[in-house]
Amino acid sequence: MKKTINNRAWFLIAPVVIVVLFSALLPVMTVVNYSVQDAMAENHFFWNGDTWFRDLLDPSTEIGARFSGALERNLIFSFVILLIEVPLGIALSLALPRRGWAVGPSLVLIALPMLIPWNVVGTMWQIFARADIGLFGAALNGLGLNYNDTQDPVSAWFTILVIDVWHWTPLVILLSYAGLRAIPDAFYQAARIDAASRWAVFLKIELPKLQRVLVLAILLRFMQSFMIYTEPFVVTGGGPGNATTFLSIDLVKIALGQVDLGSAAAMSLVYYLITISLCWIFFTAMSQLDMLKEA
Amino acid sequence: MSLESLAWMAWTPQTAIFFGFIALSLVILTLLAIYRPETPRKGILGFPTTRGDRFFVSLLGSAFICILWLRLGGGELWYALAICIPFAIVMFRFA
Repeated sequence: MKKTINNRAWFLIAPVVIVVLFSALLPVMTVVNYSVQDAMAENHFFWNGDTWFRDLLDPSTEIGARFSGALERNLIFSFVILLIEVPLGIALSLALPRRGWAVGPSLVLIALPMLIPWNVVGTMWQIFARADIGLFGAALNGLGLNYNDTQDPVSAWFTILVIDVWHWTPLVILLSYAGLRAIPDAFYQAARIDAASRWAVFLKIELPKLQRVLVLAILLRFMQSFMIYTEPFVVTGGGPGNATTFLSIDLVKIALGQVDLGSAAAMSLVYYLITISLCWIFFTAMSQLDMLKEA
Repeated sequence: MSLESLAWMAWTPQTAIFFGFIALSLVILTLLAIYRPETPRKGILGFPTTRGDRFFVSLLGSAFICILWLRLGGGELWYALAICIPFAIVMFRFA
Protein backbone atom coordinates (compact mmCIF):
# COMPACT_ATOMS: atom_id res chain seq x y z
CA MET A 1 0.00 0.00 0.00
CA LYS A 2 1.28 3.42 -0.86
CA LYS A 3 2.03 5.82 1.97
CA THR A 4 -0.15 8.87 2.27
CA ILE A 5 1.43 12.03 1.00
CA ASN A 6 2.39 14.61 3.59
CA ASN A 7 1.18 17.86 2.09
CA ARG A 8 2.46 20.11 4.88
CA ALA A 9 5.28 21.40 2.69
CA TRP A 10 2.67 23.29 0.69
CA PHE A 11 2.55 25.82 3.54
CA LEU A 12 6.03 26.91 2.43
CA ILE A 13 4.50 28.52 -0.65
CA ALA A 14 2.33 30.79 1.52
CA PRO A 15 4.43 33.90 0.67
CA VAL A 16 3.87 33.29 -3.06
CA VAL A 17 0.17 32.81 -2.45
CA ILE A 18 0.03 36.20 -0.74
CA VAL A 19 1.79 37.88 -3.66
CA VAL A 20 -0.52 36.11 -6.13
CA LEU A 21 -3.49 37.21 -4.02
CA PHE A 22 -2.70 40.82 -4.85
CA SER A 23 -1.41 40.35 -8.39
CA ALA A 24 -4.04 37.90 -9.62
CA LEU A 25 -6.75 36.79 -7.24
CA LEU A 26 -8.11 40.20 -6.21
CA PRO A 27 -8.18 41.39 -9.84
CA VAL A 28 -9.93 38.17 -10.92
CA MET A 29 -12.50 38.61 -8.15
CA THR A 30 -13.09 42.18 -9.32
CA VAL A 31 -13.58 40.95 -12.89
CA VAL A 32 -16.14 38.42 -11.63
CA ASN A 33 -17.91 41.22 -9.77
CA TYR A 34 -17.93 43.41 -12.88
CA SER A 35 -19.27 40.57 -15.02
CA VAL A 36 -22.60 40.46 -13.18
CA GLN A 37 -23.16 44.22 -12.95
CA ASP A 38 -23.63 47.23 -15.16
CA ALA A 39 -21.08 49.90 -14.32
CA MET A 40 -22.09 53.52 -14.48
CA ALA A 41 -19.89 56.55 -13.88
CA GLU A 42 -18.48 57.29 -10.41
CA ASN A 43 -18.45 53.66 -9.30
CA HIS A 44 -22.22 53.12 -9.46
CA PHE A 45 -23.07 49.51 -10.16
CA PHE A 46 -26.37 47.86 -10.97
CA TRP A 47 -27.09 44.15 -10.73
CA ASN A 48 -27.29 42.64 -14.18
CA GLY A 49 -27.39 38.92 -13.45
CA ASP A 50 -26.22 36.62 -16.23
CA THR A 51 -27.18 39.00 -19.07
CA TRP A 52 -23.58 39.79 -20.11
CA PHE A 53 -22.80 36.09 -20.34
CA ARG A 54 -26.04 35.35 -22.20
CA ASP A 55 -25.29 38.02 -24.82
CA LEU A 56 -21.67 36.97 -25.08
CA LEU A 57 -22.46 33.32 -25.69
CA ASP A 58 -25.24 34.00 -28.19
CA PRO A 59 -23.65 34.44 -31.65
CA SER A 60 -26.73 36.30 -32.93
CA THR A 61 -25.92 39.33 -30.77
CA GLU A 62 -23.28 41.85 -31.80
CA ILE A 63 -20.95 41.01 -28.91
CA GLY A 64 -21.58 37.28 -29.31
CA ALA A 65 -20.60 37.39 -32.98
CA ARG A 66 -17.44 39.32 -32.12
CA PHE A 67 -16.57 36.85 -29.38
CA SER A 68 -17.10 33.70 -31.43
CA GLY A 69 -15.19 35.23 -34.34
CA ALA A 70 -12.24 36.22 -32.18
CA LEU A 71 -12.23 32.87 -30.37
CA GLU A 72 -12.19 31.06 -33.70
CA ARG A 73 -9.26 33.18 -34.90
CA ASN A 74 -7.41 32.52 -31.64
CA LEU A 75 -7.86 28.76 -31.90
CA ILE A 76 -6.86 28.69 -35.57
CA PHE A 77 -3.82 30.85 -34.80
CA SER A 78 -2.62 28.66 -31.90
CA PHE A 79 -3.24 25.50 -33.92
CA VAL A 80 -1.30 26.75 -36.96
CA ILE A 81 1.51 28.03 -34.72
CA LEU A 82 1.89 24.63 -33.06
CA LEU A 83 1.65 22.87 -36.41
CA ILE A 84 4.51 24.95 -37.82
CA GLU A 85 6.75 25.57 -34.82
CA VAL A 86 6.91 22.11 -33.26
CA PRO A 87 7.97 20.13 -36.37
CA LEU A 88 10.22 22.99 -37.51
CA GLY A 89 11.82 23.23 -34.07
CA ILE A 90 12.50 19.49 -33.96
CA ALA A 91 13.93 19.50 -37.49
CA LEU A 92 16.24 22.44 -36.76
CA SER A 93 17.38 20.98 -33.44
CA LEU A 94 18.35 17.79 -35.27
CA ALA A 95 20.32 19.85 -37.76
CA LEU A 96 22.30 21.73 -35.09
CA PRO A 97 25.89 20.64 -34.47
CA ARG A 98 26.20 18.28 -31.51
CA ARG A 99 29.83 18.92 -30.61
CA GLY A 100 32.72 21.14 -31.49
CA TRP A 101 33.24 24.89 -31.54
CA ALA A 102 30.06 25.57 -33.56
CA VAL A 103 27.66 24.56 -30.74
CA GLY A 104 27.96 27.77 -28.70
CA PRO A 105 27.69 30.31 -31.54
CA SER A 106 24.80 28.51 -33.22
CA LEU A 107 22.81 28.23 -29.98
CA VAL A 108 23.35 31.92 -29.22
CA LEU A 109 22.32 32.92 -32.75
CA ILE A 110 19.21 30.74 -32.53
CA ALA A 111 18.25 32.18 -29.13
CA LEU A 112 18.63 35.83 -30.16
CA PRO A 113 15.03 36.48 -31.31
CA MET A 114 13.68 35.33 -27.94
CA LEU A 115 15.60 38.10 -26.17
CA ILE A 116 13.71 40.82 -28.04
CA PRO A 117 10.65 42.14 -26.18
CA TRP A 118 7.26 41.77 -27.85
CA ASN A 119 6.66 45.45 -28.52
CA VAL A 120 10.10 45.83 -30.09
CA VAL A 121 9.40 42.78 -32.26
CA GLY A 122 6.12 44.41 -33.30
CA THR A 123 7.75 47.72 -34.17
CA MET A 124 10.59 46.02 -36.05
CA TRP A 125 8.18 44.02 -38.17
CA GLN A 126 5.87 46.95 -38.68
CA ILE A 127 8.67 48.66 -40.56
CA PHE A 128 10.17 45.47 -41.99
CA ALA A 129 6.81 44.42 -43.48
CA ARG A 130 5.87 47.76 -45.00
CA ALA A 131 5.01 47.35 -48.66
CA ASP A 132 6.74 50.59 -49.69
CA ILE A 133 9.99 50.82 -47.69
CA GLY A 134 10.20 47.61 -45.64
CA LEU A 135 12.72 45.01 -46.81
CA PHE A 136 10.30 42.11 -46.28
CA GLY A 137 7.19 43.76 -47.76
CA ALA A 138 8.98 45.48 -50.63
CA ALA A 139 10.87 42.29 -51.51
CA LEU A 140 7.65 40.24 -51.63
CA ASN A 141 6.05 42.88 -53.83
CA GLY A 142 9.18 42.93 -55.99
CA LEU A 143 8.72 39.21 -56.53
CA GLY A 144 5.32 40.00 -58.00
CA LEU A 145 3.27 38.99 -54.95
CA ASN A 146 0.48 41.30 -53.94
CA TYR A 147 1.53 41.82 -50.34
CA ASN A 148 0.17 44.49 -48.04
CA ASP A 149 -0.20 43.64 -44.37
CA THR A 150 -2.48 46.56 -43.56
CA GLN A 151 -4.98 46.06 -46.38
CA ASP A 152 -5.03 42.38 -47.26
CA PRO A 153 -6.23 39.85 -44.62
CA VAL A 154 -4.09 37.03 -46.05
CA SER A 155 -0.96 39.20 -45.90
CA ALA A 156 -1.84 40.28 -42.37
CA TRP A 157 -2.23 36.69 -41.17
CA PHE A 158 0.91 35.65 -43.00
CA THR A 159 2.86 38.46 -41.31
CA ILE A 160 1.61 37.65 -37.80
CA LEU A 161 2.36 33.96 -38.30
CA VAL A 162 5.86 34.66 -39.66
CA ILE A 163 6.56 36.99 -36.73
CA ASP A 164 5.56 34.36 -34.21
CA VAL A 165 7.45 31.59 -35.96
CA TRP A 166 10.55 33.76 -36.13
CA HIS A 167 10.20 34.88 -32.51
CA TRP A 168 9.34 31.60 -30.80
CA THR A 169 10.52 28.62 -32.85
CA PRO A 170 13.90 29.09 -31.05
CA LEU A 171 12.19 28.08 -27.82
CA VAL A 172 11.11 24.77 -29.34
CA ILE A 173 14.57 24.32 -30.87
CA LEU A 174 16.36 24.87 -27.56
CA LEU A 175 14.01 22.60 -25.60
CA SER A 176 14.21 19.83 -28.14
CA TYR A 177 18.00 20.26 -28.50
CA ALA A 178 18.35 19.85 -24.74
CA GLY A 179 16.16 16.75 -24.93
CA LEU A 180 18.29 15.30 -27.72
CA ARG A 181 21.54 15.92 -25.85
CA ALA A 182 20.13 14.00 -22.86
CA ILE A 183 19.81 10.76 -24.86
CA PRO A 184 22.71 8.47 -23.86
CA ASP A 185 25.08 7.41 -26.64
CA ALA A 186 24.31 3.75 -25.95
CA PHE A 187 20.96 4.10 -27.71
CA TYR A 188 22.65 5.30 -30.90
CA GLN A 189 25.29 2.58 -30.67
CA ALA A 190 22.58 -0.07 -30.36
CA ALA A 191 20.84 1.45 -33.37
CA ARG A 192 24.09 1.28 -35.36
CA ILE A 193 24.56 -2.38 -34.46
CA ASP A 194 21.02 -3.07 -35.70
CA ALA A 195 21.80 -1.06 -38.85
CA ALA A 196 18.75 1.11 -38.16
CA SER A 197 17.97 3.78 -40.72
CA ARG A 198 18.15 7.47 -39.79
CA TRP A 199 14.35 7.63 -39.94
CA ALA A 200 14.01 4.61 -37.62
CA VAL A 201 16.45 6.21 -35.15
CA PHE A 202 14.29 9.32 -35.14
CA LEU A 203 10.98 7.47 -34.72
CA LYS A 204 12.09 4.81 -32.23
CA ILE A 205 14.72 6.62 -30.15
CA GLU A 206 14.66 10.37 -30.51
CA LEU A 207 10.94 11.11 -30.69
CA PRO A 208 9.96 8.98 -27.65
CA LYS A 209 12.81 10.49 -25.63
CA LEU A 210 11.67 13.96 -26.64
CA GLN A 211 8.11 13.37 -25.45
CA ARG A 212 8.46 15.26 -22.18
CA VAL A 213 10.19 18.34 -23.54
CA LEU A 214 7.75 18.42 -26.43
CA VAL A 215 4.72 18.44 -24.13
CA LEU A 216 6.38 21.32 -22.30
CA ALA A 217 7.11 23.11 -25.57
CA ILE A 218 3.54 22.63 -26.77
CA LEU A 219 2.17 23.89 -23.45
CA LEU A 220 4.36 27.01 -23.49
CA ARG A 221 3.74 27.74 -27.16
CA PHE A 222 0.02 27.20 -26.76
CA MET A 223 -0.26 29.52 -23.76
CA GLN A 224 1.76 32.28 -25.37
CA SER A 225 0.10 32.07 -28.77
CA PHE A 226 -3.37 31.93 -27.24
CA MET A 227 -2.79 35.20 -25.40
CA ILE A 228 -1.23 36.92 -28.43
CA TYR A 229 -1.70 40.66 -28.20
CA THR A 230 1.30 42.84 -28.89
CA GLU A 231 2.27 41.74 -32.40
CA PRO A 232 -1.15 42.20 -34.03
CA PHE A 233 -1.75 45.32 -31.92
CA VAL A 234 1.42 46.98 -33.20
CA VAL A 235 1.63 45.56 -36.71
CA THR A 236 -1.95 45.29 -37.95
CA GLY A 237 -4.00 46.91 -35.17
CA GLY A 238 -6.36 43.94 -35.39
CA GLY A 239 -7.13 44.69 -39.02
CA PRO A 240 -7.73 44.85 -41.87
CA GLY A 241 -11.37 44.90 -40.75
CA ASN A 242 -11.24 42.43 -37.92
CA ALA A 243 -9.11 39.82 -39.71
CA THR A 244 -6.47 39.72 -36.97
CA THR A 245 -8.66 40.79 -34.04
CA PHE A 246 -7.81 38.12 -31.50
CA LEU A 247 -9.56 37.77 -28.15
CA SER A 248 -7.09 39.91 -26.23
CA ILE A 249 -7.29 42.69 -28.82
CA ASP A 250 -11.08 42.65 -28.82
CA LEU A 251 -11.09 42.62 -25.03
CA VAL A 252 -9.03 45.78 -24.85
CA LYS A 253 -11.27 47.41 -27.47
CA ILE A 254 -14.41 46.54 -25.48
CA ALA A 255 -13.02 47.35 -22.03
CA LEU A 256 -10.91 50.43 -22.72
CA GLY A 257 -12.29 51.61 -26.06
CA GLN A 258 -16.01 51.26 -25.46
CA VAL A 259 -15.77 51.10 -21.64
CA ASP A 260 -18.23 48.16 -21.68
CA LEU A 261 -16.81 46.76 -18.46
CA GLY A 262 -19.53 44.13 -17.96
CA SER A 263 -19.20 42.64 -21.44
CA ALA A 264 -15.42 42.74 -21.26
CA ALA A 265 -15.44 41.07 -17.84
CA ALA A 266 -17.73 38.27 -19.04
CA MET A 267 -15.57 37.81 -22.12
CA SER A 268 -12.32 37.65 -20.19
CA LEU A 269 -13.80 35.11 -17.77
CA VAL A 270 -14.82 32.76 -20.59
CA TYR A 271 -11.40 33.32 -22.21
CA TYR A 272 -9.75 32.54 -18.86
CA LEU A 273 -11.83 29.41 -18.43
CA ILE A 274 -10.78 28.07 -21.84
CA THR A 275 -7.12 28.83 -21.13
CA ILE A 276 -7.16 27.31 -17.66
CA SER A 277 -8.89 24.13 -18.90
CA LEU A 278 -6.47 23.58 -21.75
CA CYS A 279 -3.48 24.22 -19.48
CA TRP A 280 -4.89 21.83 -16.91
CA ILE A 281 -5.27 19.14 -19.58
CA PHE A 282 -1.67 19.68 -20.74
CA PHE A 283 -0.41 19.70 -17.17
CA THR A 284 -2.29 16.52 -16.26
CA ALA A 285 -1.03 14.79 -19.38
CA MET A 286 2.52 15.86 -18.53
CA SER A 287 2.43 14.69 -14.92
CA GLN A 288 0.80 11.40 -15.98
CA LEU A 289 3.67 10.80 -18.41
CA ASP A 290 6.08 11.36 -15.53
CA MET A 291 4.27 8.88 -13.34
CA LEU A 292 4.22 6.27 -16.09
CA LYS A 293 7.99 6.72 -16.37
CA GLU A 294 8.44 6.17 -12.62
CA ALA A 295 6.21 3.11 -12.51
CA MET B 1 -9.58 48.14 6.64
CA SER B 2 -13.01 49.62 6.12
CA LEU B 3 -15.56 48.46 3.58
CA GLU B 4 -15.13 51.76 1.75
CA SER B 5 -11.61 50.78 0.70
CA LEU B 6 -13.05 47.75 -1.07
CA ALA B 7 -15.52 49.82 -3.09
CA TRP B 8 -13.35 49.60 -6.22
CA MET B 9 -13.89 45.84 -6.28
CA ALA B 10 -17.65 46.36 -6.71
CA TRP B 11 -18.67 43.43 -4.54
CA THR B 12 -22.18 42.01 -4.69
CA PRO B 13 -23.70 39.65 -2.12
CA GLN B 14 -23.97 36.95 -4.79
CA THR B 15 -20.31 37.03 -5.82
CA ALA B 16 -19.27 37.33 -2.17
CA ILE B 17 -21.19 34.12 -1.39
CA PHE B 18 -19.60 32.44 -4.42
CA PHE B 19 -16.03 33.29 -3.39
CA GLY B 20 -16.85 32.64 0.25
CA PHE B 21 -17.94 29.13 -0.72
CA ILE B 22 -14.69 28.54 -2.61
CA ALA B 23 -12.57 29.93 0.24
CA LEU B 24 -14.43 27.80 2.76
CA SER B 25 -14.00 24.70 0.59
CA LEU B 26 -10.27 25.37 0.35
CA VAL B 27 -10.00 25.72 4.13
CA ILE B 28 -11.91 22.46 4.61
CA LEU B 29 -9.71 20.71 2.03
CA THR B 30 -6.61 22.03 3.78
CA LEU B 31 -7.79 20.77 7.17
CA LEU B 32 -8.71 17.40 5.65
CA ALA B 33 -5.29 17.14 4.03
CA ILE B 34 -3.67 17.67 7.45
CA TYR B 35 -5.91 15.54 9.65
CA ARG B 36 -7.13 12.93 7.13
CA PRO B 37 -4.22 12.42 4.70
CA GLU B 38 -5.09 10.46 1.58
CA THR B 39 -3.53 8.58 -1.29
CA PRO B 40 -4.49 9.50 -4.84
CA ARG B 41 -6.95 7.04 -6.35
CA LYS B 42 -7.85 6.14 -9.90
CA GLY B 43 -11.48 6.47 -10.96
CA ILE B 44 -13.63 7.20 -13.97
CA LEU B 45 -11.28 9.94 -15.17
CA GLY B 46 -8.60 7.32 -15.80
CA PHE B 47 -5.80 8.97 -13.85
CA PRO B 48 -5.09 9.23 -10.13
CA THR B 49 -6.84 12.13 -8.43
CA THR B 50 -6.73 13.63 -4.96
CA ARG B 51 -9.55 15.52 -3.25
CA GLY B 52 -8.10 18.77 -4.55
CA ASP B 53 -8.09 17.46 -8.13
CA ARG B 54 -11.69 16.35 -7.79
CA PHE B 55 -12.66 19.74 -6.38
CA PHE B 56 -10.92 21.50 -9.26
CA VAL B 57 -12.56 19.24 -11.86
CA SER B 58 -15.94 19.83 -10.20
CA LEU B 59 -15.54 23.60 -10.36
CA LEU B 60 -14.21 23.59 -13.91
CA GLY B 61 -16.91 21.20 -15.11
CA SER B 62 -19.61 23.23 -13.37
CA ALA B 63 -18.40 26.37 -15.11
CA PHE B 64 -18.67 24.62 -18.48
CA ILE B 65 -22.12 23.26 -17.61
CA CYS B 66 -23.29 26.80 -16.85
CA ILE B 67 -21.72 28.15 -20.04
CA LEU B 68 -23.34 25.44 -22.15
CA TRP B 69 -26.63 26.10 -20.39
CA LEU B 70 -26.48 29.79 -21.33
CA ARG B 71 -25.18 29.01 -24.80
CA LEU B 72 -28.12 26.70 -25.49
CA GLY B 73 -30.49 29.41 -24.30
CA GLY B 74 -31.59 27.63 -21.14
CA GLY B 75 -33.69 29.35 -18.48
CA GLU B 76 -32.57 30.49 -15.04
CA LEU B 77 -29.06 29.49 -14.02
CA TRP B 78 -30.51 27.75 -10.96
CA TYR B 79 -31.41 24.83 -13.23
CA ALA B 80 -27.81 24.66 -14.41
CA LEU B 81 -26.73 24.62 -10.76
CA ALA B 82 -29.10 21.69 -10.26
CA ILE B 83 -27.01 19.82 -12.86
CA CYS B 84 -23.69 21.02 -11.40
CA ILE B 85 -24.30 19.68 -7.89
CA PRO B 86 -24.93 16.05 -8.94
CA PHE B 87 -21.95 16.40 -11.28
CA ALA B 88 -19.73 17.49 -8.38
CA ILE B 89 -21.04 14.63 -6.21
CA VAL B 90 -20.27 12.12 -8.98
CA MET B 91 -16.78 13.61 -9.37
CA PHE B 92 -16.04 13.37 -5.63
CA ARG B 93 -17.45 9.87 -5.36
CA PHE B 94 -16.18 8.19 -8.54
CA ALA B 95 -13.35 10.28 -10.03
